[in-house]
Amino acid sequence: MEHEKLTAHFLELIRRASTSLPPDVVEALRRGIENEEPGSAAASTLGLLLENSQKAKEAETPICQDTGALYFFIEYGPDYRQSQLVEAIEAATAEATARYYLRPNAVDSITGKNSGDNLGAGAPNFHFTERDENGLRVKLLLKGGGSENVCAQYKLPDGRLKAGRDLDGVRRCVVDAVFQAQGKGCSPGIMGVGVGGNRDSSYGVAKKQLLRDLGDTNADPELAGLEKRLMDELNLLSIGPMGLGGKTTVIGVKAGQLHRLPACFFVSIAYLCWAARKAFMTLKGEEVAYDWD
Amino acid sequence: MIGIKLPVSADEIRKLKAGDEVSITGVMVTARDAAHKYLVETDGEDVRDLLKGSMIYHCGPVVKKGDDGKYTFVAAGPTTSIREEPYEAKVFEKYDVRAAIGKGGMGADTLAACGEFGSVYLSAIGGIATTLAQSVVEVLDVKKLEEFGVPEAFWVIRVENFPAIVTMDSHGNSLHDEILEKSRGEYEKLVG
Repeated sequence: MEHEKLTAHFLELIRRASTSLPPDVVEALRRGIENEEPGSAAASTLGLLLENSQKAKEAETPICQDTGALYFFIEYGPDYRQSQLVEAIEAATAEATARYYLRPNAVDSITGKNSGDNLGAGAPNFHFTERDENGLRVKLLLKGGGSENVCAQYKLPDGRLKAGRDLDGVRRCVVDAVFQAQGKGCSPGIMGVGVGGNRDSSYGVAKKQLLRDLGDTNADPELAGLEKRLMDELNLLSIGPMGLGGKTTVIGVKAGQLHRLPACFFVSIAYLCWAARKAFMTLKGEEVAYDWD
Repeated sequence: MIGIKLPVSADEIRKLKAGDEVSITGVMVTARDAAHKYLVETDGEDVRDLLKGSMIYHCGPVVKKGDDGKYTFVAAGPTTSIREEPYEAKVFEKYDVRAAIGKGGMGADTLAACGEFGSVYLSAIGGIATTLAQSVVEVLDVKKLEEFGVPEAFWVIRVENFPAIVTMDSHGNSLHDEILEKSRGEYEKLVG
């Protein structure tokens, strides 16, 4: 596909991600309202979250002014090259910033200077996977700074948490991370949990879980059980929407595992705020399809 | 929902209790990190008159400049307030500010200042940036734009029915401390 067309598709993907909430997240927030006491501050807050996402969609303006870091997960066929995709995505990212779909969010860590267009070292983030079939499958995640600041990594065993090298140890880490975060990550959050791996791949697999549909079931029955148990337990913490109390502290727990070194057992929790901005796109020949409106 | 018109008196603010939902109408000023430092280190002549009896909004907005040169807020939710904890009590005292609006809550110094001066901390909902930007009906002025940049400048804004919740009142109550203690009990059971 030619550069201009490809850039336009990526621009549209970014616009959708920043200005509209995915249907699984909307559904989860609605269920949250049903669980809260009618007329409570928690119910009213959840209602405002949904009302805002509707307004943002209609006005084509960002759901949150912190439009986050951009994570592109891309499967590409033999009719595409990585360099061509990077070029199109960078052009689309700069244009999305000029159109106010994105806030300038890339700051040089040494000079403190904001690049102004969301481009810079490691910005955006790219994850490429090659495949045999022609075309593209793209998943975009926008993740803000408030939720990034409350992500946490643990090393098992952990004496303070009485957490051993097993799934109960993993469970204890997640409970601790959510308790420590309180409302600071903009709850109700979605917990991506990385079990095993090394320091970086553990966070990597945790973040990748954030792309999963909130209604899916983990193919691994052990992890599926952990996810379900944590969903129930974390919502007993009474932290609630924005940390102001209530029954809705998390709207998703998704775990993935990686093999680990015998000496290492890392548990990583990637906290995603309720404004879980993701958008998915498929390109086949000249045809483009987005997973939802 | 309790309506508040700005400017507002300390007596009026002392009637508020943690947990009250409020709806604010009037002129307020955004201020975050560079702005708070400026307010404490100088006499704040650019904004002194604007702050009296008004509120400070912890916010780094997305701002659009129209072809006519007029500014509008595109997205304007709250930023994390605790970074201003070293400054806020002094700002309340020095400028007669009735509230700080942000997210995540503030600490003991600000809570004490709320009691002493008749002020409150208000939580706005994080992430509802389009809604809150629509409550900003007019950008009246901007101060220190060149020096502080767009997110950090003092934006003087007129808001209508801006929604927030009182989470720290002038009677020593902090909803943030209450929730932390409440969740600690269940947390200890889950990891006990």
